[in-house]
Amino acid sequence: MAMLSFEKKYRVRGGTLIGGDLFDFWIGPFYVGFFGVATIFFALLGTALCVYGAAIGEGLAGQTWNLWQISIAPPPLEYGLGLAPMLEGGLWQAITVCAIGAFVSWALRQAEISRKLGMGYHVPWAYGVAILAYVTLVVVRPVLMGAWGHGFPYGIISHLDWVSNVGYQYLHFHYNPAHMIAVSFFFTTTFALGLHGSLILSVTNPKKGEPVKTPEHENSYFRDTIGYSIGAVGIHRLGLFLALNAGIWSAICIVISGPFWTRGWPEWWSWWLNLPIWS
Amino acid sequence: MAEYQNLFNQLQVRHAPDPGLPIADPENRLPDTGFSYWLGRIGDAQLGPVYLGWLGILSLITGGLSIIIMGLVMWASVGWDPVQFVRQLPWLAVEPPSPEWGLRIPPLNQGGWWILCGGLLTASILLWWTRMYTRARALGLGTHVAWSFAAAIWLYLVLGFIRPVIMGSWSEAVPFGIFPHLDWTAAFSIRYGNLFYNPFHMLSIAFLYGSALLFAMHAATILAVAKMGGDREVDQITDRGTAAERSQLFWRWTMGFNATMESIHRWAWWFAALTVITGGIGILLTGTAVDNWYLWGQKHGLIPQYPAVWEAPVVEPGELDAPHQGMSFLSAPEGTLVAGVALPDLGLPVSFADLTGSADLPLETEMGR
Repeated sequence: MAMLSFEKKYRVRGGTLIGGDLFDFWIGPFYVGFFGVATIFFALLGTALCVYGAAIGEGLAGQTWNLWQISIAPPPLEYGLGLAPMLEGGLWQAITVCAIGAFVSWALRQAEISRKLGMGYHVPWAYGVAILAYVTLVVVRPVLMGAWGHGFPYGIISHLDWVSNVGYQYLHFHYNPAHMIAVSFFFTTTFALGLHGSLILSVTNPKKGEPVKTPEHENSYFRDTIGYSIGAVGIHRLGLFLALNAGIWSAICIVISGPFWTRGWPEWWSWWLNLPIWS
Repeated sequence: MAEYQNLFNQLQVRHAPDPGLPIADPENRLPDTGFSYWLGRIGDAQLGPVYLGWLGILSLITGGLSIIIMGLVMWASVGWDPVQFVRQLPWLAVEPPSPEWGLRIPPLNQGGWWILCGGLLTASILLWWTRMYTRARALGLGTHVAWSFAAAIWLYLVLGFIRPVIMGSWSEAVPFGIFPHLDWTAAFSIRYGNLFYNPFHMLSIAFLYGSALLFAMHAATILAVAKMGGDREVDQITDRGTAAERSQLFWRWTMGFNATMESIHRWAWWFAALTVITGGIGILLTGTAVDNWYLWGQKHGLIPQYPAVWEAPVVEPGELDAPHQGMSFLSAPEGTLVAGVALPDLGLPVSFADLTGSADLPLETEMGR
């Protein structure tokens, strides 16, 4: 049995949101639960549809088994917000439904596991922000723009092409103020993660021959170097805040592009240059 | 759900400030300390004491000088007009020398300021690195922070020093300035056939997003078990408690795999470090080993042969033997930045401010709808 030495006493019944005891069991290391079954259903169906799409060559590149080039494209714009035939974007629509179903089931499964272990719900909420960013890309923005064709294609190179093309439709996407904020949050998150990971490792792996250090050393190090130590709980609040904002502002920066601003992003900044205070 | 989720401190205790652990030269610690209520809402309320050795002083002086000189050069570029300096600040730049200077040192007004600012900034960063290293050693800690910082310095040096030297021209380097460095990034990507097709750029982005994902997962997990003492990570590493056990089982039951209280920080260290390490490799290969990532991707089976959509074939950068420097992503008309303000002869490129004068573009340019 794939069980950790201390695991057995934690494997107790209860904590489920749906299904009572019916799916309250483990397979190997995995907890199942109703939402585990739902996740498997949506994930398998979605993956099968992707493979089917690859087999018939649904994407721009034609039929290919080249992993980089396989692509499932959304419907052409003329289908608007309607259902498209299976081979003209209907596959993309079905896969999108499966993806959202799988992601939401996964989040609810995390909630069930949190309940079972008596933990807070921070992880499922955080994952919910990632789902929000995905849904913004493939549902909210296409609906606001009036066509599913504004979603991004499912493929490794093709989704990069989509990002590139949509970016240049607004001339220069780096000038999108929400994009600036999102990128800054991504960089800051990575910076803070590097600092936090380093600090814990440096305390537990001190100079050769010395005993493991303490949280007081963590505080002293950061006060010595930058004059402030946020502390052991604080760094995790900050990290969660930074990481979630990276996702939230990413969603904002794309949802305002098109529905709320249709020109080049460099031009947006003219409000600043034209403020009445300059003259 | 309406229970306390440990998102902020509900109670703050005020005590005598913690003076820090003993070090060999306590006289270098500035004695000033304070408490901030609002910092105390999310973390530790105490400010200071800060250590200020000669490394720190020199780093602050060189870094401060670099920033001040950048500001003065930008101010000069708008004819020392204080209002226009504030108004146009995001567009202003300290540009590296133009291509004809190669790796020689030009006069100050032709890129010399850029070399001076870059040199001072680099000195400041390297001094700060040494400070991070020596402060860790002074407390008997490992030097992991310094080596993580070194990974970031690698990317910085590739962008501003190593790659320009290999390319044989300072003009290859990134300008200082808010919008100008964004323009450089976009122009760099297009010049080399779209950086999205650069596999090391792909890796760097994957590690960047992965870092956000990892920090969200880790921070959320710790907060979720903080009521059981999960935030005392070093204690949980050396003497595993129920917080560590539950946080590990959470991920084991969710995705069939779990890190440990210590190894999650090794994952964190590597994800953050690899973001900048792979990023630096990607920049270093661009223009030196690979001249066009789009053509490279086609050659190596990454990119499909897209159907031709333009009548005349598009010439890819690198397919012609033309000099590429000074290539402007948006060719704004030559002239002054803003009516009434003459551009001093600093070789500064025209800014996007020009475009705002012609804001009534025809509708066809909008999104194609």
